[in-house]
Amino acid sequence: MLQKTVLCMIGLTLAGVAHASWGLNMPQGVTELSKETYDLHMKVFWVCVAIGVVVFGVMIYSIFAHRKSRGVTPATFSHSTTAEIIWTAVPVVILLALAVPTAKTLVRLEDSRDPDLTIVATGYQWKWHYQYQDEDLGFYSSLSRPSLEARRKQSGIDPFSVDNYLLDVDNPVVVPVGKKVRLLLTSNDVLHAWWVPDLAIKKDAIPGMINETWFKAEQVGTYRGQCAELCGKDHGYMPIVVEVVDEDAYQAWVDTRKADAPQLAAN
Amino acid sequence: MSTIAADVKDHTHDDHGPAKGYRRWLFATNHKDIGTMYLIFSFVMFLIGGLMALVIRSELAIPGLQFVHPEFFNQMTTMHALIMVFGAVMPAFVGLANWMIPMMIGAPDMALPRMNNWSFWILPVAFGILLSTLFMPGGAPASGWTMYPPLVLQTGDAFPFLIFSVHLMGISSIMGAINIIVTIMNMRTPEMSLLRMPIFVWTWLITAYLLIAVMPVLAGAVTMLLTDQFFGTSFFLAAGGGDPVMFQHIFWFFGHPEVYIMILPAFGVVSEIIPTFARKPLFGRDSMIYAASCIAFLSFIVWAHHMFTVGMPLSGQLFFMFATMLIAIPTGVKVFNWVATMWRGAMTFETPMLFALAFVFLFTIGGFSGLMLAITPADIQYHDSYFVVAHFHYVLVPGSIFAIMAGAYYWLPKWTGFMYNEALGKLHFWLSTIFVNLTFFPMHFLGLAGMPRRIPDYATQFADFNFIASIGAFGFGLSQLIFIWVLLTAKRGVPATDAVWDDPEGLEWTVPSPAPFHTFDTPPKLPAPKFG
Repeated sequence: MLQKTVLCMIGLTLAGVAHASWGLNMPQGVTELSKETYDLHMKVFWVCVAIGVVVFGVMIYSIFAHRKSRGVTPATFSHSTTAEIIWTAVPVVILLALAVPTAKTLVRLEDSRDPDLTIVATGYQWKWHYQYQDEDLGFYSSLSRPSLEARRKQSGIDPFSVDNYLLDVDNPVVVPVGKKVRLLLTSNDVLHAWWVPDLAIKKDAIPGMINETWFKAEQVGTYRGQCAELCGKDHGYMPIVVEVVDEDAYQAWVDTRKADAPQLAAN
Repeated sequence: MSTIAADVKDHTHDDHGPAKGYRRWLFATNHKDIGTMYLIFSFVMFLIGGLMALVIRSELAIPGLQFVHPEFFNQMTTMHALIMVFGAVMPAFVGLANWMIPMMIGAPDMALPRMNNWSFWILPVAFGILLSTLFMPGGAPASGWTMYPPLVLQTGDAFPFLIFSVHLMGISSIMGAINIIVTIMNMRTPEMSLLRMPIFVWTWLITAYLLIAVMPVLAGAVTMLLTDQFFGTSFFLAAGGGDPVMFQHIFWFFGHPEVYIMILPAFGVVSEIIPTFARKPLFGRDSMIYAASCIAFLSFIVWAHHMFTVGMPLSGQLFFMFATMLIAIPTGVKVFNWVATMWRGAMTFETPMLFALAFVFLFTIGGFSGLMLAITPADIQYHDSYFVVAHFHYVLVPGSIFAIMAGAYYWLPKWTGFMYNEALGKLHFWLSTIFVNLTFFPMHFLGLAGMPRRIPDYATQFADFNFIASIGAFGFGLSQLIFIWVLLTAKRGVPATDAVWDDPEGLEWTVPSPAPFHTFDTPPKLPAPKFG
């Protein structure tokens, strides 16, 4: 009975830990490369755990077994060529085993050829501007009103009562699912960085330069991120929201956006 | 001329001790006095930088903005880093070097005592200038300690003062480094060959060369910022044909060796302490020296791993990734050697040993996250997130600072002549260790879950771990008050013997405790190595 309860509690705890809202681990994300990145992250993590278990295991054993209070006489050895060759060579092998798959992923990460659509994202203090190159469509995207009100110092508004506090924008980026989106990044003032963890993309936006990256979201949904390069006082308040929708919804969104554009300009 | 020569000839050091009053300190040329001043200065800076960390952690304890405005928050993160790096960690190691290197190599003092005085007294001026920027229009620098343009050029009146204080810190470090190299190269007792030098002296020799190599690079980078701001140049301004990324390359060419400047002397301290309390010689002494040299060399060719998101060519990313992974090998050798030193020893666990053991554990955890950060695609996710904050605080706080604490407890009886309060030392150790982990371990999770660094407020899913980290930070801060008490009562304990510990190796343990004002007027004989 007791055993069962304990097992049940462990199970519940593990389930809790595994639950995404705990935010213990890197998200697997929704692109092929984000999953590869996650796999690399877990691989190197387990390598570290394994090395840690061995090294800390030996150390902890030694701390308990080789103490003066147990009346041991200290050994006098001060080197062992064999041991030193082993613990130099083994890490080399482990590193090679890590380096090869990592390099492969990195090569694919940098291959932004043949995109289906291209968006230019420009960083401003403190908002983003998006320009859809093939659609003659552009707009600013800044922190949404409810977060804006709650973020003021001692605003009296409970952040927990605001949906997606600090992670919501007025105009999200909308992209079609399963399409290769090339992102060209630049900045109008200081450095910014465009980061959406679920897309496994982080790239600096640099004034006077154009950086390039890409993603291909495999799953419809809303993905949130933030500026990741310190850009002044409101660095924490320029989030990024990407809505991945199916092809038809994307076309419909582009059409309404374009229809609204002259009106917005007139206003 | 002849009178001066005669005067010098008759001049001996037996007749006078330290000068009286303020003159002893302001005009100090004695390595022990200067070492003491360095250590006290760095501890004061540690407390000031720590208070700034507590401002940061107070604001981050719960979501929403409660105490400070975002501008001031950014000033706090920037000043906290500058003060901790240049004011606390680096001067503390120079202080240990000043006190211990002459005694470890059998020299009467540092080679250049007047320059030693300068290199210390520049520091309070530099940090006085830096701290004064808090009260200037526009506030203190708020662009992060990395001072990336163009943001740093938006700094208010503080800007030229920031540059000037960084220059002063650099001059102080370079003079300190020259002094250490000249002392080690010229003033060792004749029997002490390079390979017989204590490991702490070795790591400091390597560190001093790193300092001389990279501090001028930092000075160059900040000077270019200064001319961009005031003299119409465009080194880093795209509008004038410059390149903001070039600053990052230059900064990290300084910055990565700087990281090892802050950890190599820590390796040295720990390598002195573990053999003493394991009662067993340091395992693989020579390979320890070679590993430290390898790490120093590699530190010059890995700088751009801080910049994997700036848009480097693929070949560049691959090179810096592979080079970075290589660092794991010599670092691994060092950790394995420490463990092998403990193996089959007869260990006791006085405060210095406890701090040294915690160093090995927790520095290794920082090393693991360092290896993870080398994996470029994963680094793109970790970069500028709290994962990085967790990583470098693990190598700097339970890494460098624990090693400094270990060294302070280890050599304190030699400095004061009395045993410190062991029970309080242990309490200080256990509380520090518990709270340092409570502070920084949750930051790994925050970063992986997507929290960027350097933000004053955050999305609500990050609330729990931030609250835990803030509790840890206050606990860690308060634990340091115990250390102040240990220092204040350091002379109330039982008198220390010359050896202080159980038969430790090294010339510093052959002189009386407390070490007299002048040690080794004549070069000492080197005792035969205890273990063949």
